[in-house]
Amino acid sequence: MSYVPLSWLDVTAAAVLIVFNGVLSWALRLGLERSIAIATVRMVVQLGAIGFVLKFVFEQTSPLLTAVLALVMIGMAGHEALARQESRVGGWMAYGIGTGTLFFVGLLATLYTMIVVIGPEPWYAPQYLLPILGMILGNTLTGVALVMNTIVQAAKRDRAAIEARLALGETRFEATASVVVHAVKTGLMPILNAMAATGVVTLPGMMTGQILAGIDPVEAAKYQVMIMFVIAAATALGVMLAAIGGAWLITDARHRLRVGMLGLV
Amino acid sequence: MLKVDKLKVGTLPPLSFAVAGTECLSIEGPSGSGKTRLLRAIADLDDVDGYVTLDGAERREMSGPQWRRQVRYFAAEPGWWAATPRDHFPSDSDPGKLERLLHALGLDLSLLDRPIGQLSTGERLRMALARGLIDEPRVLLLDEPTAALDAQTTALVHELIRFQLLAGRIVLLVSHDPAEIERLAHQRLQLGAQSRPDVDHRHLLPRRSIAS
Repeated sequence: MSYVPLSWLDVTAAAVLIVFNGVLSWALRLGLERSIAIATVRMVVQLGAIGFVLKFVFEQTSPLLTAVLALVMIGMAGHEALARQESRVGGWMAYGIGTGTLFFVGLLATLYTMIVVIGPEPWYAPQYLLPILGMILGNTLTGVALVMNTIVQAAKRDRAAIEARLALGETRFEATASVVVHAVKTGLMPILNAMAATGVVTLPGMMTGQILAGIDPVEAAKYQVMIMFVIAAATALGVMLAAIGGAWLITDARHRLRVGMLGLV
Repeated sequence: MLKVDKLKVGTLPPLSFAVAGTECLSIEGPSGSGKTRLLRAIADLDDVDGYVTLDGAERREMSGPQWRRQVRYFAAEPGWWAATPRDHFPSDSDPGKLERLLHALGLDLSLLDRPIGQLSTGERLRMALARGLIDEPRVLLLDEPTAALDAQTTALVHELIRFQLLAGRIVLLVSHDPAEIERLAHQRLQLGAQSRPDVDHRHLLPRRSIAS
């Protein structure tokens, strides 16, 4: 088993295929030529840039540089989690809960994986740390975004039920319990589906990559199983933290539903 | 004694009034005049400036849940969160008391284990009344408790309200029914139309202010 490097000519050969998309759009009058062109250029520039950035960072093996890049990734993930909401509720507080959750979970899960599970030399080796953090963030962010969205939408829908419980003297967390449970279930659905479908319906990107790079498929599978465990645990933790944070966000210190913030007044 | 002092509800001028135990205050006014918002403010379900005290203790001196265990808001459209009415009652409710309450409201005990969706509007309304009364709050804030009921069940609810008053409770009753107000209310509070530009503030004050 060996790894075949791609020449720039090989990449160009593949680029011909995207031109076919453009021709199709023109022939069928889809009007997508511009979008295809922009998307293509963005993809090439972004992936090219990240390739060079990673090459640089991997060569340096500097803890500071690795930390900075990790923080940038977490910030972007927090932004992305909020951008996926149906309605902007809570402003900076919601941003804080989303990003805070991703920061805490991303850090915890990545440190555990680096130090306890893989143990590379040095322990912060960016070549391991950054892709693992990326995979953890990518999945946790989906869960966190779903949870925040579900909490807000469910609170709007179940306002009468939540306020009935509050009126009976229940606390903010008792009164929102059913909403929180619903949100946690929703947030965990994608990772549970991914675990069930993996290897049968889809072959995970990391495993595919390792196989293409010439790693023994069984070794690649071992790595994939390990990373799935980490991702599932990180997502579960992130989803629960975000749900509790969400319940806290939509209620106030006197245990009232923030109807104004939810746009219900 | 429930005292409301300079409570700023919506665009209404500050409201001040007091209701003693065994007394019922009716709250009247056209739709949108702030009747429901007033009850919600007293139950501390909305963030409203002003003071509400029960037997000398202001609502901010205790937690929201502690306040609402004594000052109970009954919504015009009650909310439900579990499958059957029974799941909504505290698990340590006295079964004898529950039975007496349901009986007084003309509700069959078997309704307790029926799915909520199978209860009629009137049954749900009375069930919510029973749920809110089982732990004996001091103040009942009733938002049109009989608007969806027929004459017979309305009479039962009136009887229950009167019984609560005899037991020393304080009742605030939002109602559109003059006969109901005549029958139950000791004092009346009239709220004016909210968005009238030439609001005469005297109309918005309690019709019969009560010295505390």
